[in-house]
Amino acid sequence: MFAALEFPPLSHIVNWPGLFGTDGKLYEVNKVVLVYFFAVILTALLFILGNKRRLVPSGAQNMAEMSIEFVQNEVIMPTMGRDGLGWTPFMLSLFLFIFFTNIFEIIPVIQMPGSARIALPMVLALLTWVCFNVAGIKHQGLGHYLKNSLFPPGVPIALYLLVTPIEFVSTFLVRPFSLMVRLFANLLAGHILLVTFAVLSAGLFTAKWYAVFLPLPAIGLVFFVAFEVLVSFLQAYVFTLLAGVYIGGAMNPEH
Amino acid sequence: MLLANMVTNKGLAALTYGLGAIGPGIGIGYLVGQAVQAMARQPESAGMVRTTMFLGIAFVEALALIGFVVFFLGQAG
Repeated sequence: MFAALEFPPLSHIVNWPGLFGTDGKLYEVNKVVLVYFFAVILTALLFILGNKRRLVPSGAQNMAEMSIEFVQNEVIMPTMGRDGLGWTPFMLSLFLFIFFTNIFEIIPVIQMPGSARIALPMVLALLTWVCFNVAGIKHQGLGHYLKNSLFPPGVPIALYLLVTPIEFVSTFLVRPFSLMVRLFANLLAGHILLVTFAVLSAGLFTAKWYAVFLPLPAIGLVFFVAFEVLVSFLQAYVFTLLAGVYIGGAMNPEH
Repeated sequence: MLLANMVTNKGLAALTYGLGAIGPGIGIGYLVGQAVQAMARQPESAGMVRTTMFLGIAFVEALALIGFVVFFLGQAG
């Protein structure tokens, strides 16, 4: 009955042709690369415009101060404590960059989250992996860091046969993998959700009897766009929060 | 139509994802419910509870999301 509502294959909604005649070239610029450019520019703009330091903030400075306060109070203080405040620039740029790549999911004309291609989450997860390992080695020394992360204290010696491989896998392999998959799959799912409702709404133009029910998807689409704003914020928050937990755990092994 | 003809990779992938979403669904529901209870009992610790709740949600949700990725891999294969 709904045969007219053909859902496009996945490759049609996440693969984009190259713009500016760069199709297939090594330096191909497609929509997703454009989103990365925009996100980098927006993050840099917030850093530059927020640097005016007037007593009564306005415009971009307001925004910058709000995001700095958010990252410091909600991400760094609960996870890393006061020692972690030196990580503010890294965490802030991570948060803003992920948020801006995500929010392009609902910006008209573009409507493609940069994080829905695996490359970006992968790079960010590897960056976080490198950061928490370097933080651990720097604060505890290589030997202590490995000892604390592979041989957690307070475990009977015989159990280390079981605990050490599990700790190794969960700390050094599963952490970056789950960071990557979480960001990627959430945004891909959101994008597919929006496409699904958009395809259903396009069915409004049909003249069949079931067109009576089809305003519902259009209303749903509006609500899901609002929902995706929440998701793109939340995923940026969760990614930074987990990066904070990992780095904080590597810095102070007691907690 | 025979049942054997109706079972496709797509259908199996969708079914498996549906099964895989049950556990994390229960988990997140329980987690948020308990967090709300904790916040109602001790509103002064709401900030800490909220941070921990998001952490927990992130870990629980990862399972459902791995299922979601496997769903697409299964559709392709």
